[in-house]
Amino acid sequence: MSTQVKEQTEVDEEEQVSPGERRREKKRQLQREREQEILDAVDEAEQTVELKIFRFDPEVADKQEPRFDSFTVPFHRGMTVLDALIFARDKYDSSLTFRHSCRQAVCGSDALFINGRQRLACKTQMGELDWPVRVEPLPHQDVVKDLVVDMEHFYDQMHAVEPYFDPDELPDGELEAQTQSPENREKIKLSTRCIWCGACMSSCNIAAGDNKYLGPAAINKAYRFAMDEREGSDKKADRLRIIEQEHGVWRCQTQFSCTEVCPKDIPLTEHIQELKREAVKSNLKFW
Amino acid sequence: MSSTYDRGTVESFGRWQEFSAGMWAWILHKFTGWILIGYLFTHIAVLSTATQSPEMYTDTLQGLEALLVVRFLEIGLLAVAVFHILNGIRLLMVDLGVGLESQHKSFYASLILTAIIALASIPTFLGGMF
Repeated sequence: MSTQVKEQTEVDEEEQVSPGERRREKKRQLQREREQEILDAVDEAEQTVELKIFRFDPEVADKQEPRFDSFTVPFHRGMTVLDALIFARDKYDSSLTFRHSCRQAVCGSDALFINGRQRLACKTQMGELDWPVRVEPLPHQDVVKDLVVDMEHFYDQMHAVEPYFDPDELPDGELEAQTQSPENREKIKLSTRCIWCGACMSSCNIAAGDNKYLGPAAINKAYRFAMDEREGSDKKADRLRIIEQEHGVWRCQTQFSCTEVCPKDIPLTEHIQELKREAVKSNLKFW
Repeated sequence: MSSTYDRGTVESFGRWQEFSAGMWAWILHKFTGWILIGYLFTHIAVLSTATQSPEMYTDTLQGLEALLVVRFLEIGLLAVAVFHILNGIRLLMVDLGVGLESQHKSFYASLILTAIIALASIPTFLGGMF
């Protein structure tokens, strides 16, 4: 009996401050703590760097008109642009949107336009850039939200060159490897490095003006298979037919933009030029 | 997906300070090419009206050469033609897949050579004007 009465009074006391009010107070408290944490981190850091980040969100009223937001981020040696972006998102604005995954230049998610150049955020050292650092989504692609662009067109072009291995014959044994000569492997080695990040396509002036142009990445992909000696000659002829069409290799005007920006250092222009020569050779007849 | 935002030609001429060597080579090659085509038509137009008699031809040419601006334009034309030729050779190498990793060096080399040849031609083109 006595226990029941005691419980009753506790409830009465708590009712004076409504549960919603208590929750909001707790939230405010957390918010204050978080802000203090950021201030402390920024204060403690020997150096801070300012990020200017492109913001756009069609679903938020004051972000429908694109703008740049500034974030001050504590700098440490070895910090990448992606590290800074993650800090800005986690500590300042959780709505800041960008793609990232592996953080080691393998997944190809975080190609961004950093200080006027297409780079992988995870592979770009903060210390090597001019400050403040300006981060924008990849140019020549529609912006979906903040730093996220629509990659659909890029993927369409990549798939257009049939980017899969298609040999005439398979090895006899089920578990036997389909071997390739070391020389041939060496020839296509660099072209296999592509991580589909889209930096080259975004840097290409021709691709920007011609939506049908296959683009450097797709042509490089085609190169990887057209030059593979394990595929048959019919398949190679097929591949060359795709490559040499009007909006294929011949659109390339050797500006070398793609080669400059490729984060995996693929000699894209060289591969495109080699395919041009292949296309000419397969069509020239002297008899 | 809701509406996306088209940023247009972000990488247009507004970013000329960030252009790489290959991009400058491309722009200059186009530019000089158009100038040469323009010059070719002017050249034909002027000369075809001047070939009615030997005297008229001499008069026309002497009249043109007496103008200082024409002398300067000739230096410019030489520079344009030389650059177009040198960069054309560079592009030929690029097409043949020779030395693609040093394409930027060959672009700078063709710029420097163009400058030297244009400067060296000044005494010839401006001779007798001053």
